[in-house]
Amino acid sequence: MSASLDKGVRVLKEVIDAPIASYFNSCVHCGLCAEACLFYTETGDPKYTPIHKLEPLRRIYEQEYTLLGRVKKRLGLSKPVTDAELAEWQELVYNSCTLCGRCSVVCPVGNDIVYMVRKFREGMSASGNAPEGIKGAAQRTITIGSPMGVKLPAVKAQMKHVEDDTGIPIPLDAEGAEYMVMLSSMEIINFPEYLGAIAKIMKQAGKTWTLCSTAFEATNAGMQIGNSDLARVIVSRIVDGAERLKVKTVISPECGHAYTALRWEGANLVGRPFTFEVKHIIEVLGEFQAQGLLKTEGKETDRLTFHDPCQLARRGGVIHQQRSLMNQVAANFVEMPDAGFMNWCCGGGGGASAIEEGEELRLEAFKKKKSQLDAVKPDRLVTACANCRIVLEEGLEHYQMDIPVVGLTEMLAEHIPDTATKSAEQQGA
Amino acid sequence: MTEMQFLTWVRGPGLDIAVALFLLGVLWRLIEIYSLGRKADLSAPRHTPGASGWHTVFRRSVPPPGMVKRSPVSYIGGYTFHIGLAIVVFFFAPHIKLVESVTGLSWPGLPSQFVDFVAVVTMAAMVVVLVDRINKPVKRYLSTFEDWFTWTVTFLPVLTGWLAVQHLLLPYTTMLALHILSVEILLVVLPFTKLFHAFTVFGSRWYNGRVNGHKGVAV
Repeated sequence: MSASLDKGVRVLKEVIDAPIASYFNSCVHCGLCAEACLFYTETGDPKYTPIHKLEPLRRIYEQEYTLLGRVKKRLGLSKPVTDAELAEWQELVYNSCTLCGRCSVVCPVGNDIVYMVRKFREGMSASGNAPEGIKGAAQRTITIGSPMGVKLPAVKAQMKHVEDDTGIPIPLDAEGAEYMVMLSSMEIINFPEYLGAIAKIMKQAGKTWTLCSTAFEATNAGMQIGNSDLARVIVSRIVDGAERLKVKTVISPECGHAYTALRWEGANLVGRPFTFEVKHIIEVLGEFQAQGLLKTEGKETDRLTFHDPCQLARRGGVIHQQRSLMNQVAANFVEMPDAGFMNWCCGGGGGASAIEEGEELRLEAFKKKKSQLDAVKPDRLVTACANCRIVLEEGLEHYQMDIPVVGLTEMLAEHIPDTATKSAEQQGA
Repeated sequence: MTEMQFLTWVRGPGLDIAVALFLLGVLWRLIEIYSLGRKADLSAPRHTPGASGWHTVFRRSVPPPGMVKRSPVSYIGGYTFHIGLAIVVFFFAPHIKLVESVTGLSWPGLPSQFVDFVAVVTMAAMVVVLVDRINKPVKRYLSTFEDWFTWTVTFLPVLTGWLAVQHLLLPYTTMLALHILSVEILLVVLPFTKLFHAFTVFGSRWYNGRVNGHKGVAV
C-alpha cells in the first residue's frame, strides 16, 4: 500500500459515521438515485449511478466497521481498495458529481448520498486523487487569495471603476458596518455589475456595508476537492475579517458553493459557532423586499425563467425568495419543469466546472438543462450563481441556443430608480 | 427424520435458534451502526415547518415529483410487494395465533381468502421486480450475489406458505415444515444483508431529514 493510499484510507475510516453506516446498510440497489442524476439520465451509463460512486467507501466501511466484514478481511476474502481503483473513481466522484443532491432527495430508504460523496472526497483528496483543476484552484486560493488569482489591487480597481460608474462610494474595511459583502473571483473579473448593483441596493435600503481587504473572496475550492484543512484556512480568513470589522452579517455572493462553504460548513470547519450571521445575497434581498426597502420601477417584459442554483435552493433552503424577487421586476416570468427544490444542476457545480477533462461529459449532461429550457423557451435566463452562469453560458453556446444569462441581483438593481440612490446620497452627505 | 419430526424440530428448537439469532443479530447490528455517532452541527440552524428527521421518516414513503414516471416498476412493484408482505405476515390468522401463543398479543386477522389473494399478488410483484432487476441496466449493474440471494430468501416463505395453505405440491405437513424453515432462514439472514434496511430505513430517513432540516430544507 502506497503512503498516499494509506493516508486516504485512514481519512476514509475517520469520516465514516453513524449516518454513513446507516445509509450503506439501507441501500437495496433499487437504482432510483440514477434517475435523479443528470449524468446518468443524459448518458444512460449505469456507472454514473450515484450510490455506485461510493463503492470504495462502502467496502472500507464494511471491512472496518462490521463484524462480518472484519472476519472476511481477516480470512482474505474481501477486496481491498487500491490506488488504481481510487484513480479510476476520480471521474465518478468529481467529474460526474456536482454535489447537487438530487439523489439524496429521491432515495426511497432516505440515504443522503451527496453527504457521503462530500465525505468520500476527503479521502480522495488525501490519497492524491483529486482532479488537477480543482487542486490548482484551491492552491491559488491559499497562496494568492483567490482561485482565479485575483488579488486586492484588482478588487480596488474594480471598486474605483464602480464608484466612477455609479457615483456611490464603495466602503472598504468599514468597522461596525451591518453587512460585510463577499465576492467571487468570477464577479470581480467577469461580472463587475454585481458590485455596482450591491452599492445601489444598499444605498436605497439605507444600510451600512463594507468590503474586507483581507477577506473578499468567498469561493472555497478546498471544500470542493474535499480537503477540510484547506477549506478551514479559506473560511478562517472570512471569520477573522468579519470579527475584526465587527459586522452583523456576512453576505455570500451569487455563488452556490461559497454559500454552502460559509453558511453550513464554515462553523464546523473552524470548530465553533460564528459570532455573525451568514446570508446569501438573495436572502438579504428577500428581507429588503419584505421590509419595503427594495423599491423598483418598471418591469422586464421579455419572457424570463429562473435557474435555481442547487446549493442555494435544494442544498441551502432558499427557494421562495428568488421567485418573489423575480415577480417584482419581471412581467413575464415562467418556471421551467422541476424548478425550485427539484431543479436540475447546470452540470458544473461542486468544482466540476474547474475540471478540464470533464468538459465533454459536462456538455452531455447539459442536455438536461437544454430540455428544461426547450420546454418554456425563455428569451433570457436569470440565475443567482456566477458559476452556474458561466457553465450555462458555455452550454448554451455549445448547443447554439441564443439565451442570454443574467444575475438576479443586477437585474433588480437596474430597476432601482437613479433618483432614489442620488437623493439618498445627498441626504447622507 | 419423519415429516412429523421435521415439523416438530422447525417448530421447536429450530424456531428458538432462528429467533435468538435474529434478535441478537438485530441488536448487534443496530449497536454496530448507530454507536458510530456523528459530530454536532455547529452552523446556525434555519427553522422551516416540515423540515425535520421525523417528517422525512414519513414523507419519504411518498415518491418525489416525477419519479414514478421515471421508474414505474420500482415504485408500483415496490409498494405492492412491501404492503403485500406486511398483510400476509401480520394479518394471516394462523400467524397472529403464533404470536399470541408466544407473547400473548393478539389482533384481528383478515379473511383467509383475501390473504391468499394478497400472497399471489405479492409473489407476482416480486417476480416483476426481479425481472426488472435483470432487464434494467442500472439495476443489473448494481446487483451482486446478495441481491439474488435476499430476493430468494424473501420469496420462499411466501411461496411455501401459499403452497401449504393450498395443499399443493407436497403433503401439508412437509410444506408447512418447509415454510417455517424458510422463515427461519430469512430471520437469520435478515440482520446481515441488505434486508436489514427493514430496520435502518428509519434511521437513514431520520438522519437525512435531520441534516437537511438543519438547513431548513424539507427533504
